[in-house]
Amino acid sequence: MSKTLIYIEHAHGKMQKASAVAVAAAKAAGGDLTAVVLGKGVDTVAAEAATLGVAKVVLVDDPRLEHYLADIAAQAVAQVAKAEGATTIIAAATAIGKDFFPRVAQLLEAGMASDVTSIGTDGTIERPTYAGNVVSRVQIATPIRVITVRGTAYPPVAPGGAAAPVEKVALAADAKSKMRFVEFAETKSDRPQLTDAKIVVSGGRGLKSGENFTVVLEPLVDALGAAMGASRAAVDAGFVPNDLQVGQTGKVVAPQLYIAVGISGAIQHLAGMKDSKVIVAINKDGDAPIFNISDYGLVADLFKAVPEMTEEVKKLKAS
Amino acid sequence: MKILVPIKRVPDPQTNIAVRPDGTGIVTDNVKFVINPFCEIALEESLRIKEAQGEGEVVLVSIGGKECQEQLRTGLAMGADRAILVVTDGPLDPARAAEVLAKLVAQESPNLVFLGKQAIDDDANQTGQLLAAMLDWPQATFASKVVIGDDKKSVTVTREVDGGLETVAFDLPGIITSDLRLNEPRYASLPGIMKARKKELKEVPLAETGVSAEPKVKQVKIEPPPKRQGGRKVETVQELVNLLHTEAKLI
Repeated sequence: MSKTLIYIEHAHGKMQKASAVAVAAAKAAGGDLTAVVLGKGVDTVAAEAATLGVAKVVLVDDPRLEHYLADIAAQAVAQVAKAEGATTIIAAATAIGKDFFPRVAQLLEAGMASDVTSIGTDGTIERPTYAGNVVSRVQIATPIRVITVRGTAYPPVAPGGAAAPVEKVALAADAKSKMRFVEFAETKSDRPQLTDAKIVVSGGRGLKSGENFTVVLEPLVDALGAAMGASRAAVDAGFVPNDLQVGQTGKVVAPQLYIAVGISGAIQHLAGMKDSKVIVAINKDGDAPIFNISDYGLVADLFKAVPEMTEEVKKLKAS
Repeated sequence: MKILVPIKRVPDPQTNIAVRPDGTGIVTDNVKFVINPFCEIALEESLRIKEAQGEGEVVLVSIGGKECQEQLRTGLAMGADRAILVVTDGPLDPARAAEVLAKLVAQESPNLVFLGKQAIDDDANQTGQLLAAMLDWPQATFASKVVIGDDKKSVTVTREVDGGLETVAFDLPGIITSDLRLNEPRYASLPGIMKARKKELKEVPLAETGVSAEPKVKQVKIEPPPKRQGGRKVETVQELVNLLHTEAKLI
């Protein structure tokens, strides 16, 4: 049976949910599954990964892997892939997966498909291209396949299954990074993560300023216990930082409820949210393309509608 | 310092993309082509580095048909010094494009290769990283701030990653790929356009690089994405909240 290696990403000592999506994709594709965890002092992550229904977890624990760095992370994954004889290597298409998996592909002389939405048992892979205007079906022609999986492609595998064995492997003595980690300035927020949230409220150019994100949109975001997102237009205009961007060149989300406020619905934005379960659009332009895909559309001035909605939600939650 | 900037010819991001009925590609009739926006940002940053240093060279590269001359001329008009077009019959996949670039790096010996993080056609986000691995060079993808060291031998890059901004540093040579907010690219000036006509644009047939055009990832078929049904309108905020509560049961 073919062997698949899944890279498990973590932050603050916890496995990233996107990695559980990567495991789900690997299961759909078939084969024997092994997970790999890299880091320093990350036994708890390995223990969590062991409950995802994989046959084994390989843990590479080394001071050289304390901070994620693309070149040495790729060396470590390629080392494990070779040792395990893996023919498919999968990661979540997060900032980290996107950053270093092409290097893994190169080290293994493998073809790579990025940000895929489906892996078939016959080897056919689907991935969105042209900002989501096109679905491309591809086949990787090399003996080894390297794949990153979009975070919304499959429901994540729930941890908590029977624990698979964790095998510790030493990082090759000659593995080294030419890069230096300087710092990580974390965006502090009490809100849920954009890619994990059940409800996402996103603002677009219609908000008109960064201040209006704070004054008008944030009260609704918090009343709903939601994560806040933004369109590329709002990011381009400098209203909010890029890590809030929902779209083909930003984050791809699929929450239970997506509320688009003052967003016209450019295709590249739709590519980042159209798999949401329920979509609400609030826009004063009744012809905006966002209304073609929204389940509930409200044609209204957002500066009146959003504060009103905030009050209605608060009333509802209080009752 | 010398900076190599690969640029890709892509459909204008404002264009409506349609899939050809036979599923082999997109409709290109009457489609305007431009420099990939992320590549344009990489070029702008490279020009700024050269201007700040008061010396150096910015060399453009494109890989594709003769029509890519148009985008290279635009890049030269923005201020790049010269351009190389590796002429191919069709598009190369990222792995092959990176192999071509690796050959050019060996010939040109740049201090830095500055690329866009992804092209807006295949959205692969691979070429820069593949090239870095081929050359065994350090990399900083998704750059939102680039600071070249005073000695011009190192670089510190702030990167847009999940949950915040990460800063890494490395000694040159290395690879950087640009994210959206790194800068706002300039428009080519009229004198720039005039000057660009006289700048060198060298064509190299793919065969001369020795790189195969055979893709590592084969495209089977392309299709338009499934359409989502929507379009229902509500009249008031109260109705909306009510429906989300009672019908959708989400709040």
